Amino acid sequence: MTDMIHNQIPEASTEEERIYKENVLDHYRNPRNRGAFSPCTFRHREINASCGDDLEMFVTVESGKISRIAFVGRGCAVSQAAVSMLTEHVQGKMLVEIETMGKDAMIGLLGIPIGPSRLKCALLGLKTLQNGMVKNKI
Amino acid sequence: MTTANKISAPLDIAAIRRDFPLYSERKLRPGSRSVVAYLDSAASSLTPEPVLAAMDAYYRECRANVHRGMYAESEEATRRYDLAREKLAAFLGAAPEEIVFTRGATESLNLLAYSLGRDLGPGDEAVISIAEHHANLVPWQQIAKDRGFAVKFIPLAADMTLDMAAARTIIGPKTKIVSVAYASNVLGTIAPVRELADLAHAAGAIMVVDAAQAVGHRRIDVKEIDCDFLALSGHKMLGPTGIGALFGKRARLEKLAPFLFGGDMILDVRKEDSAWNEAPSKFEAGTPNIAGAIGLGAAVDYLAALGIDAVREHEKEITAYAIRKLSAIPGLSLYGPSKEKDRAGLIAFNVDGVHPHDVATILDRHGVCLRGGHHCAMPLFRELGLNGAMRASFGVYSTDEDVDALVAAIAKVKAVFKV
Repeated sequence: MTDMIHNQIPEASTEEERIYKENVLDHYRNPRNRGAFSPCTFRHREINASCGDDLEMFVTVESGKISRIAFVGRGCAVSQAAVSMLTEHVQGKMLVEIETMGKDAMIGLLGIPIGPSRLKCALLGLKTLQNGMVKNKI
Repeated sequence: MTTANKISAPLDIAAIRRDFPLYSERKLRPGSRSVVAYLDSAASSLTPEPVLAAMDAYYRECRANVHRGMYAESEEATRRYDLAREKLAAFLGAAPEEIVFTRGATESLNLLAYSLGRDLGPGDEAVISIAEHHANLVPWQQIAKDRGFAVKFIPLAADMTLDMAAARTIIGPKTKIVSVAYASNVLGTIAPVRELADLAHAAGAIMVVDAAQAVGHRRIDVKEIDCDFLALSGHKMLGPTGIGALFGKRARLEKLAPFLFGGDMILDVRKEDSAWNEAPSKFEAGTPNIAGAIGLGAAVDYLAALGIDAVREHEKEITAYAIRKLSAIPGLSLYGPSKEKDRAGLIAFNVDGVHPHDVATILDRHGVCLRGGHHCAMPLFRELGLNGAMRASFGVYSTDEDVDALVAAIAKVKAVFKV
């Protein structure tokens, strides 16, 4: 089978290091604001069926600002790191700021290249927070 | 046009690979990374040149509708379309009128669920296994809800084969349909389909086989299996996408109500009622996927020229090699039957501590194409207590080097995630 076409695997691919950079892996391994709490202003759960990702957020709102936020759930490194970063980012922020937060802002927060196949993972946290706000008329 | 005719057993895999554009054309992928190993044949196989050529020839030489035009182009298109049916029939040990062209196994199984399920009601049962693809689960589940019959599940034994002792108690007087995957798309488990057909028939039930993962990978003879129906997808057996088939025993097809209504399936239409064409036309409403069917016929030719037993032998060897290599990696969990005879050419596994989608992303960066996730078998993953898994699956063009590339890329995954 000498005729096979097999390109060499690059020694150290910088590609994967760009996605799974240390910051992302750190949030994945040591998620910030992980856990459930009660009482809270609202809680909301979203599932990413195609990935098996499952996320529930707990939020306390005071004077139009998020005063406390936490999450429980499971998922891939991208989704888990994204939600961990998001909880840090929105802490103390006005709800109107969160309402208008778009996918680019979320990807910017992650700071890694996100292809179409991983977009849902990256946005699960934001979707959970925003849908929770809408559903609970916050 | 093809090197297939020159190939004889044992297979010359290097020559075979030259028939597949992925290997022969060395084109850069989207994202400018080269493919190192395509290991997702269970999702969709690659397509060899003769299949592409047959479809291209139809569009260039006789681009007309089938069964209708009274002119040379239409007659030639009809001839090629019907010839494809004959080839597929012969490949399965069936008669041409027992082959219905569909969009794929999913449509074939939906057709059966609707047309068989409408005669069932409360007290009746359809029996499937817990390892079914959604395509052989959801149609039965939904029609069952509508008609009021029950769906029963054959569980897996500890060794991930079908629990046949349980099957013998589940299949009984209430059973009207037994529908089971010949080969599980997740575990690779080969079901004892003949034994199940005998159990079904002894209970007076109809036996359906979802052979999407089996046709084109092993010898299939519908008479040996003694199934009443068998569903397959062209794109999993070196054919094009959007074409598949339903085999049905002649008497069964004659009795079966049509599923889709429209042109070509009609004998007579009046304002009040209609009469149907004979099978298989009765089930092929609308202009069919003519090029797809012709391509599928060419895929059958290609596989037949290689020798389906030689194809199976090759895929078995690769699978055994992959199991050996992957088993040697610490921190890897493998799923599926341990005995070679019980498994098809695919292996599900997890890198412990890493989500399948993260694994798949890193493998992709190294040019290794694998699917990770629930593989359209959510009830099975719930049963296994898993979120998902990676799946390496093989085709006649797969090599040990493909497996080696996977093993090397898994090492990268473990390095990134420090597991």
